[in-house]
Amino acid sequence: MKPAIDYLLHLADNALVLGQRNAEWCGHGPILEEDIALSNVSLDLIGQARLLYQLVASLKGGNCTEDRLAYFRDTHEFRNYTLLELPHHGPLSGYAQSSMDYGTTIVRNFLYSALMALLWEALEKSANADLAAIAGKSLKEVRYHLRHSRDWLVRLGDGTDESHARVQAALDHLFPYTQEFWAQSPAEAQAIAAGIGVDVTTLQADWDAIVDAALAEATLVRPPVGGYVTEGKQGIHSEHLGFLLAEMQSLARAHPNGSW
Amino acid sequence: MTAPIEAAWAALEELTDPEIPVISLRELGILRDVRQGADGLEVVITPTYSGCPAMGQIEDDVKSTLANAGIAARVVTQLAPAWTTDWMSEEGKAKLHAYGIAPPHQTPAGSNVVRFIARPARAETVPCPLCGSANTVESSHFGSTACKALYKCLDCQEPFDYFKPY
Ligand SMILES: [Zn+2]
Repeated sequence: MKPAIDYLLHLADNALVLGQRNAEWCGHGPILEEDIALSNVSLDLIGQARLLYQLVASLKGGNCTEDRLAYFRDTHEFRNYTLLELPHHGPLSGYAQSSMDYGTTIVRNFLYSALMALLWEALEKSANADLAAIAGKSLKEVRYHLRHSRDWLVRLGDGTDESHARVQAALDHLFPYTQEFWAQSPAEAQAIAAGIGVDVTTLQADWDAIVDAALAEATLVRPPVGGYVTEGKQGIHSEHLGFLLAEMQSLARAHPNGSW
Repeated sequence: MTAPIEAAWAALEELTDPEIPVISLRELGILRDVRQGADGLEVVITPTYSGCPAMGQIEDDVKSTLANAGIAARVVTQLAPAWTTDWMSEEGKAKLHAYGIAPPHQTPAGSNVVRFIARPARAETVPCPLCGSANTVESSHFGSTACKALYKCLDCQEPFDYFKPY
């Protein structure tokens, strides 16, 4: 049961943290259609997170609930990829709110959706029937997320000089974080051994094909990778996750067990 | 079918989607089954999109409708097989069309991710539900709800929703 729980939390935290980040555009989108699109993507992601947290809560038993998992765990207990918690701007851009960059949002969503489109498809064969069922639903959703972010990647990359430069800068900034996808964590190794999880390195060639085709169409250059490999999925996070959780969790913590 | 099962189907027939009030939960394929379980009658529903805010409302509607009809039944939420727009009945699709929403195409069978993205242009033609023209263009992948995309008709110039294949 332990391997399943750690692995399910990794998948759930990915969905919740990206869902929360994308939702920061709600009411601030560059155009109305994109405001609505990102909000819808967030709803899907938060819905996926809920299904996974409900499953974890049922495995843990006792008084564990989906809300307890989302709102009452701290930074080091979250198992999401570091990529997903970063703010919507490059490394030296000042305040998150004042310098939200849509190119960064699009690149992040594209890199993650390309992975999840492959991973959810593979997880439909998980030995855990509940996870397989959630994967089947999530696959249908992530395909639309991927199509959306890919179209915008091409539109911005093959757009004006300004949009091209910004989306290339976002790609240069974010791409090294994708190294974490392929560095297996102990929790992933256990889940794979139990038949619950999927070895993502078996998906890497397909991911490369999706990414390279999109980058070529978008006239963008694939940045080299190297350097520090982040370990968010092992609970070692950047300084940004704490601020994200503070905003997301403060209401539930101020009014524990509140309902409305 | 036994009498209680028929009574439950009949009572639930009046329930419509909270956001598309012309189509019933049965026609949408959300209401999957009414069956005799080990502990009594079970009503099986399947959620649409994971984050669809209407699902909570739908479950409440099902429970209160059963209670008002004096039918004791448990509501079972079933994830697999995942809900698909292919379950939508033909009469349901016709009602969507009459309501101004282009009904979903058949989902592409066994298409892999790369092919899904490549998107064959012909298969994606969505006729305008208002004037019937095939000369339409997608303005946004996501419309007022996650299940719909926003289209525009280039002949009659009207915007309209397309219920996406899922
Ligand atoms: Zn028209």
